[in-house]
Amino acid sequence: MAGVSDAGPDATISLIMRDIDQNKLDVALTRTENLLRLYPNFRLAHLIRGDLLLARTQALTTFGNASNAPADRLADLRDEAVMRLRGYKNRPAKDAVPRYLLQMREDQNHAIVVDTQQSRLYLYRNDKGRPIFVADWYISQGKAGAEKQREGDNKTPVGVYQVTGVMPPEKIGDFYGKRAFPLNYPNEWDKMQGRNGHGIWLHGVPKDTFARPPKASEGCVVLANQDLDALSSYLQIGVTPVIISNGVEWLSLDDWQNERTALNKEIESWRADWESRDINKYLDHYSDRFRSGNQNREAWGKQKRDVATGKSWIKVDVRNLSVLRNPGKEDLVMVSFEQDYRSSNLSNVAKKRQYWAKEGGRWKIIYEGTL
Amino acid sequence: MRRSNSPCFRICVAALLALSTSILATTAQAQSPNPLAEAQTLLQQGQQSQALDKVERALAANPKDRQARFLKGVILAEMNKLDDAAAVFVKLTEEAPELPEPYNNLAVIYAQQKQFDKAKAALEMAIRTHPSYAVAHENLGDLYAKMARQAYDRALQIDSKNTNAQAKLNLLRDLTTASTPPAASKPVIVAAATPATKAPAPALNPQPASQPPAANAPVAKPPVTVVATAPVTPVTPAAAQPASKPATTTAAPAEDDKKAIRTAIQAWAAAWSNKNAKEYLSYYAKDFQVPDKKARKAWEEERTQRVTKPGEIKVSLSDIDIAVKGSEATVRFKQHYDSSTFNSASGKTLAMVQRNGRWQIQQERIGR
Repeated sequence: MAGVSDAGPDATISLIMRDIDQNKLDVALTRTENLLRLYPNFRLAHLIRGDLLLARTQALTTFGNASNAPADRLADLRDEAVMRLRGYKNRPAKDAVPRYLLQMREDQNHAIVVDTQQSRLYLYRNDKGRPIFVADWYISQGKAGAEKQREGDNKTPVGVYQVTGVMPPEKIGDFYGKRAFPLNYPNEWDKMQGRNGHGIWLHGVPKDTFARPPKASEGCVVLANQDLDALSSYLQIGVTPVIISNGVEWLSLDDWQNERTALNKEIESWRADWESRDINKYLDHYSDRFRSGNQNREAWGKQKRDVATGKSWIKVDVRNLSVLRNPGKEDLVMVSFEQDYRSSNLSNVAKKRQYWAKEGGRWKIIYEGTL
Repeated sequence: MRRSNSPCFRICVAALLALSTSILATTAQAQSPNPLAEAQTLLQQGQQSQALDKVERALAANPKDRQARFLKGVILAEMNKLDDAAAVFVKLTEEAPELPEPYNNLAVIYAQQKQFDKAKAALEMAIRTHPSYAVAHENLGDLYAKMARQAYDRALQIDSKNTNAQAKLNLLRDLTTASTPPAASKPVIVAAATPATKAPAPALNPQPASQPPAANAPVAKPPVTVVATAPVTPVTPAAAQPASKPATTTAAPAEDDKKAIRTAIQAWAAAWSNKNAKEYLSYYAKDFQVPDKKARKAWEEERTQRVTKPGEIKVSLSDIDIAVKGSEATVRFKQHYDSSTFNSASGKTLAMVQRNGRWQIQQERIGR
């Protein structure tokens, strides 16, 4: 699949490894030195260069033959090499779509999907709801891996987020690079799961660093400064979805289309049943474990019933719908929309969020709230 | 813990040797004492500024004297006036691009200044002028190792601030080694550059072996590689090896002898590695030519002390070349000496004799 990464360092590293396999060490060295001219602080490339130079004087025994090297740093660079090579090699097939991007909002020009297992970030363009691959980059995640639960657990959260703002360099310091984009962790679902912590950002690296090891941050997603620069131009604050997965599921376009149609049908059915003022049919879309603030399904149902009895008609419009699947084993979908509610005695417009979960083969609402 | 091989750069020992030999000859008729020979001696004694004075005096009389200028470059390099030294060698490479030595020394200086790309280019020039120029090849290998080290340091964010100090020490040591050269190393290369210097080599006594620093050497001393390898195989004059006769056509090399010699020198190296001084000394013939005209007993004591010095060491031999003539043999090899503080690889030549069925060392010289 063509993309920005085809011209990036991972493509070159792959070529260097191929050269080494084919015993073209001089070609590999030239390629490495060219790479270092582009990225002088690319430590992994320095390591490879060291090996290629040392190969001219002695037999090599391993990747990274530096003697007296701090073992942890060497291990970090080896991990980075593995992740970069694997991530580049395993880029998704041309007609594969990340399962999470079921329905992008019209104004969501792009979406970000992060795969913590592959140490990779994928950028997708919204082509009338269908995600089209744009680029992918190497990233670092939390020191302790993914699936954040607690403050200070050094893990990267898994879920559906968005960038909530941008922090300039003078506010964050050199360590985080040229800018940082905070994410809205913990989101409603995280809070419901009792997850806590804060300050999960997308950010860059210090000036003297090209990239950090695959597991390096306190939970943030870290990109090379140049990659973050490239990514920044696509980001819409408060709009662009950032979905972090511990192993992206890829669907064929057909499967993706089926899943998307099924969900859109359920959402439409919920909207129509609300308009019908048949509260039993309406409540049938809500799970037994439904919560909204302090209300459970029963309280929610009672309130809706009370409200509906005084009305001769209800009209509900769902606009700017986005349907984003939550990564993980559970079938869970985050649905966001603008709700235009009109009725015989009350009208309002609100930004709504729901979580739908699949229960016994049917999608049901387990959370609903106003944004 | 054994530290990694720290590459070092051999400032052109051989050329220097040739200088010292030819200087005596070329200037003998002009005046005595010879200022360049004196400069050599002073440099060997570590009196660089006095050595420089002598060279300057020689240059005042003959400003174009290449050997004097070369020596000036070496002295300046040792005084750590690297830019000045580099300027001297650059000028020499411009004037005599056919000579490998100035390129080689220029590379050594560039390497010390961490200008590895320039060092590499200079060494490649040295090799281009003389493709078989061993010193340049070895230096290039060391340079690659040093560049690799630098690359690893960058990769692993290791602070390599003291690399400069290391390089400087390496250079000093090289010149120290140069001060006790093999008797007759006379590279063809330099002879060509210095017309008609056929004077006999001065009677310099070789060191018994490359000598590791004393055990109580300063802690800052890095592992270094001392190599006193002459660029070309020296022509051993008859005087240095009284027993050797002109080659006879009947002298077919006896494979059994070669095997026995190989076994003997490997055992000699093993005894050294194992710090078994008694066994080590048993490989030396009764009429072994003790260096520096020392008494045999004094030499044995000195060797015993050195060999049994505390600390793990390993002596190994490679590139062994054996030439047998009857009951005599010339054995050339590369001697690798590794200890916790010091690594060296030096060329060695042994004159060996067979006595009572045993091959023993009659003469031991640095250089091959």
